[in-house]
Amino acid sequence: MFGAMLGEAWHAMGANRMRTFLTMLGMMIGVGAVVLMMAIGEGAQQAIKKSISSMGSNLFIVLSGSPNAGGARAGSGNALSLNVKDADAISELDSISGVAPVAMGSAQVIFAGNNWNTSVIGTVPSYMEIRDWTINNGYVFSNSDVRSATRVALIGKTVADNLFGDDIDPVGKTIRIKQSPFLIVGVLNSKGQSLDGRDQDDTIIVPLTTAQRKLFGNQVPGSVRMIMAQAPADNLMQQAEDDMNNLLRQRHNIREGSDNDFSVRNLTAIANTAAEATRTMALLLGAIASISLLVGGIGIMNIMLVSVTERTREIGIRMAIGARERDILLQFLLEAFVISIVGCVIGILIGVGGAALVQNLAGTDTVVTSQSISLAFVVAASVGIFFGFYPARKAAKLNPIEALRYH
Amino acid sequence: MKPMIEVRHLYKDYQTAAGAFPVLKDVNLSIAHGEYVAIMGPSGSGKSTFMNILGCLDKPTSGEYYLDSYAVAELENNALAKLRNKTIGFVFQGFNLLARSSLLDNVALPLVYSGIDKHIRHEKAAQVLNKVGLGNYLNSRPSQISGGQQQRVAIARALVNSPRLILADEPTGNLDSKTSEEIMALFDALNQEGISIVLVTHENDIAEHAKRQIRFRDGVIEHDSLHAVLASERS
Repeated sequence: MFGAMLGEAWHAMGANRMRTFLTMLGMMIGVGAVVLMMAIGEGAQQAIKKSISSMGSNLFIVLSGSPNAGGARAGSGNALSLNVKDADAISELDSISGVAPVAMGSAQVIFAGNNWNTSVIGTVPSYMEIRDWTINNGYVFSNSDVRSATRVALIGKTVADNLFGDDIDPVGKTIRIKQSPFLIVGVLNSKGQSLDGRDQDDTIIVPLTTAQRKLFGNQVPGSVRMIMAQAPADNLMQQAEDDMNNLLRQRHNIREGSDNDFSVRNLTAIANTAAEATRTMALLLGAIASISLLVGGIGIMNIMLVSVTERTREIGIRMAIGARERDILLQFLLEAFVISIVGCVIGILIGVGGAALVQNLAGTDTVVTSQSISLAFVVAASVGIFFGFYPARKAAKLNPIEALRYH
Repeated sequence: MKPMIEVRHLYKDYQTAAGAFPVLKDVNLSIAHGEYVAIMGPSGSGKSTFMNILGCLDKPTSGEYYLDSYAVAELENNALAKLRNKTIGFVFQGFNLLARSSLLDNVALPLVYSGIDKHIRHEKAAQVLNKVGLGNYLNSRPSQISGGQQQRVAIARALVNSPRLILADEPTGNLDSKTSEEIMALFDALNQEGISIVLVTHENDIAEHAKRQIRFRDGVIEHDSLHAVLASERS
């Protein structure tokens, strides 16, 4: 019975190919748009996720405050109110799993005939774990290197490419940073772009003490501009922030009601905001695309209504030879369903092809997920049944005598 | 034994803007199993309405109708569809075949609605098409054969579910006289096999094939040849 009806639906569609194709086209465009838009949205979300995870997880950055010199205020990090002892104290907190004091600046770097300007980070080995940096080649300098201010350096991939090219292995070579010679002990694995679009691989990491004494100078011994801290788990972020605020206020002798001479920023929260914005964008894209799916569904209803009218006599014949109302209902419903499913399958192919095209031509990351395909499929099938139901019911409720008399 | 068709005090009104218009007024009729009946009468006499009611396509306004002992007036739509499917075979003036389907599929269609398997459907359909002399045209379309052949296909379709009654509404109305005779010969043969036949016609020579003639006028039975015979025998 069902097989016979499926065959009939196929026949009926074939009887008016142009019309069937145009009806399907609405469905194809709708499904294709949904799949493509979801692929673009998903691509953007995955790109954001990747840069968030490259940043390191559950991260805080503690900046020293802004000095106020005769009314002119400098930016955060310039007051030198934080020092290495603060970092040690923070690392004692239960809600913190890793701490790294950081001194930063930019410097000109020279190897043989090449030179390059890059950012130099002075820090301690735990920075590597906090920021999720790994070593491609070589090793990370040790805490004893930090204590003795050794002139060793880890270089990022961009720096390695610009100074050494492809042929030379940088490890074991000596470069000059601000005229001082540094031995390269390791090359960092690539991280790619950060959330704000900076190249994270364009960097050099050296021991904190070496940076302070040999590169950037140190007005107040032991002071740092910022401390990076990591909480062990997502649900400890708030606790960690409160603990650090209390600890530092206490250590800096700040009275009740006075402003902090430092600031604690939750980098992960900032990143999550960016991810949330991307998610909203993806949702919006999908919603706009699904409007075209709705329009496609209305197209199916329209054509099915025409078809029911055209085939009134046929319906009358079927009723006269024993078709029940539900047989007629099923027949027309199945026809609408087949149109929308075939349209949907072609639409998915269009969407997947479109996503590949966007990726190649526009360079935007697109990701087609199995969820987006199954969602498009389910929605298209429901649209077919929903918009096919009214015409099918109209057919099933026809009066057989009037239907037989129809010309 | 119960009659094939038993109609008592049958009324049918049509609702018009001017109020209820009576089409059938107190029709009483009994047709036995295996009878061959022609219903005649001018346009507007109510014979088509009567045929629609006999065919379970329309319901009477009041009165009783028993088809093969089913009280048709009390049945709901699905049960009526089942009667049309299994007990009755329809033959129409305009053949009413599905143009897109092959002759085999046309004839097999009633079996689809009986829920019968595909290979049995095709087997039975081919069998009845053979019987009406169209065994070589199983995969042709209705448009590829003549009118007389199309009516044979329609008769095959009416026969495929082995009905006890065939209702034919002007079955030769669209055919020339030679073809008409061939179709009527087919009906005669079917009646010989024991199938009850009721046909509507306004041609006397067609009605002559039947063993009983009933004439409608203005919604009532004006003449019934069976009663006339009985009356002449009584006098």
